[in-house]
Amino acid sequence: MGLLDKWRQIKQAEAEQGIDHTMYLTLKEERRISRENNRIIRQFEREKNRKNVPEEEYLTKMRDPNNVVEFENLHTYFFTDVGTVKSVNGVTFDIPQGKVVGVVGESGCGKSVTSLSLMQLVQAPQGQIVSGSIRYQDRNGKCYEITKMPRDKMLKVRGKEIAMIFQEPMTSLNPVFKIGEQMDEVVLLHEEDATPKMARERSLEMLNLVGIADPQKVYNNYPHELSGGMRQRVMIAMALSCTPRLIIADEPTTALDVTIQAQILELLRDVKNKINGSIMLITHDLGVIAEMADYVVVMYAGRIIEKGTVREIFHNPKHPYTIGLMRSKPSGKTKDNRLYSIKGQVPNPINMPNHCYFFNRCDRAIEICAEEYPEMVQFTDTHSAACHLCRNGGLMDTNSTKEQR
Amino acid sequence: MENAYVNNNNNDDILIVRNLKKYYPLSKISIGKKRSYVKAVDDVSFSIKRGTTMGLVGESGCGKTTVGRTILRLHDVTDGQVIFDGMDLAKIPPRKLRRLRPQMQMIFQDPYSSLSPRLPIGEIIGEAVKEHKIVPRSEYRSYILKVMHDCGLQPHYYYRYPHEFSGGQRQRISIARAVALKPKFIICDEPLSALDVSIQAQIINLMKDLQEQYGYTYLFISHDLSVVEYLSDTIGVMYLGSMVEMGEKKQIFDNPMHPYTKALLSAIPVSDPDVKMNRIILKGDIPSPVNPPSGCKFRTRCPYATKVCAEVAPKLKEYESGHKVACHLYSQD
Repeated sequence: MGLLDKWRQIKQAEAEQGIDHTMYLTLKEERRISRENNRIIRQFEREKNRKNVPEEEYLTKMRDPNNVVEFENLHTYFFTDVGTVKSVNGVTFDIPQGKVVGVVGESGCGKSVTSLSLMQLVQAPQGQIVSGSIRYQDRNGKCYEITKMPRDKMLKVRGKEIAMIFQEPMTSLNPVFKIGEQMDEVVLLHEEDATPKMARERSLEMLNLVGIADPQKVYNNYPHELSGGMRQRVMIAMALSCTPRLIIADEPTTALDVTIQAQILELLRDVKNKINGSIMLITHDLGVIAEMADYVVVMYAGRIIEKGTVREIFHNPKHPYTIGLMRSKPSGKTKDNRLYSIKGQVPNPINMPNHCYFFNRCDRAIEICAEEYPEMVQFTDTHSAACHLCRNGGLMDTNSTKEQR
Repeated sequence: MENAYVNNNNNDDILIVRNLKKYYPLSKISIGKKRSYVKAVDDVSFSIKRGTTMGLVGESGCGKTTVGRTILRLHDVTDGQVIFDGMDLAKIPPRKLRRLRPQMQMIFQDPYSSLSPRLPIGEIIGEAVKEHKIVPRSEYRSYILKVMHDCGLQPHYYYRYPHEFSGGQRQRISIARAVALKPKFIICDEPLSALDVSIQAQIINLMKDLQEQYGYTYLFISHDLSVVEYLSDTIGVMYLGSMVEMGEKKQIFDNPMHPYTKALLSAIPVSDPDVKMNRIILKGDIPSPVNPPSGCKFRTRCPYATKVCAEVAPKLKEYESGHKVACHLYSQD
């Protein structure tokens, strides 16, 4: 049997089963998409590269002055050659002053892209914030619209006001510079009257703050000489050195061992109180969220499906996905022989359906789920979920989920 | 070779590991100095009963993966015995070892790098089946399709390539590849750590189903204690190349004795915001295996370390039936 025959056989089998692969495009189609993308991207880039933008254009007002950051209906798309990926597709949530907001979701659900949008670090030119707004309030009470901010102004905010801790500390530290040099750079860049001596003192103080026993030695080390936990501490120290208002921690403990994870979480909590900042904690580990967060945002395929305070989410989850996530985490208390699992996988991000994204995997789906995307339903002031089942004051049988947990 | 056969009285155990050692020489040798070694696995002994699952936990760099690989002789053994089904794998000649290979299989951690990007799925699963002549040629295709069905893969994936699949599907392919050889014993080296929570549950269920159906024995290597607790019957805890505690799942989780096990267990984050854990936070990092601390290897991080810990290395001793601990705290009484 020739290869072509095999190919035809596969295609026929797929057609019979109703499987449609939008992954396969003809060259002509691909060229058309890429031309279209270039046009769109150029428009966005022109907007971003403007110089001498008057400040009024990106000054705005917060909805609630107690918030540090407000996301409102944020859309961040990636224009790829196979189609547009709607990575963040209408995300709305707030980060209040001095609180920890946890963002949970599977890989590819847009949680990292949300945080990168806030830092204006989305991989350009293909990644663009298409619409929506991100409002940020600095310590003087001035509010900025991040999505409209020009690049040079953003440099002042990034690292100073909003700092980020990345998942993989080895790839985010520069291997050819000593730890000390990299840390001093942050201070020298952001503090106007900083001298090298001052920067050095600040760096040593920060290294001490994150619990590094011998700051002098680490200051003169290269990143490869440190262990994973130590590197993550250095990352945290670096993020703290300008006392930011908001720390974005993007999976800060995923690459670390359990005992080190416990150390780092303890440190983050400690540090948050010391500088009185907020933390946006991105993770896929529900245990970490339960321990650290005050508010939880659950994302699925680029949208928020449920948000609320940590108690509401963990004691009274409403969305079938949230419930499924909690039940699928194994523990010794699981009595059943089989672990609950959410069937199937996340839909292809390129052609999202117009119905509920979770419809195919949901075991409580009803007819309407296949017809339209559900609106957010409000349960309390803070708790809301996007599910058709919740519409009439919570049709959902929440008792059964409690037993199984 | 005759001495490869070991008289094995206890037929319940499919695998017995006795005093397994694996040292890696350091490349820098200066004349006149003793050659130094990284003691990746230093005197580890355990046994696994037929049809059960043993969990091997520990931090990264503690040698748990090396244990798995030396058992399969992917790395040669420095010293000690690995008795698989009455045969000492450490001494068996290569030709005989090759015949034994289908009986022990491995599932690797990273499903993205452990599948050949150039082979279609059917070929990946079937390559070793052909090589070892597991089934007659005429039944080959239907056999592969049956294995794929068992592992939750659809038949039309047969001619697809690995890049077309998500992480969870790839891990299913890796499992199918291992299972297709009708093994008795499977080593799972962190098969879940690259997967999302909802997919992890699917793979755990698949592994459990396969075990019930075909009676596989698993050695499950992981750093995720909640998964190990769910899957395993017996558990071994490793630290810096040595076994510090082992026993039945219940014994380890209800009554952890070694300070390291206690700290590990208390470090698991609990999915309940109202539970405030009394957490034991260990200081510092895992020491370098090139130059491990004298005496008890854990003493540099141990909150209960005394003088004797720095001098004498504790031996693994049995305290209840099957529950063994290597710690001086329990040796006085």
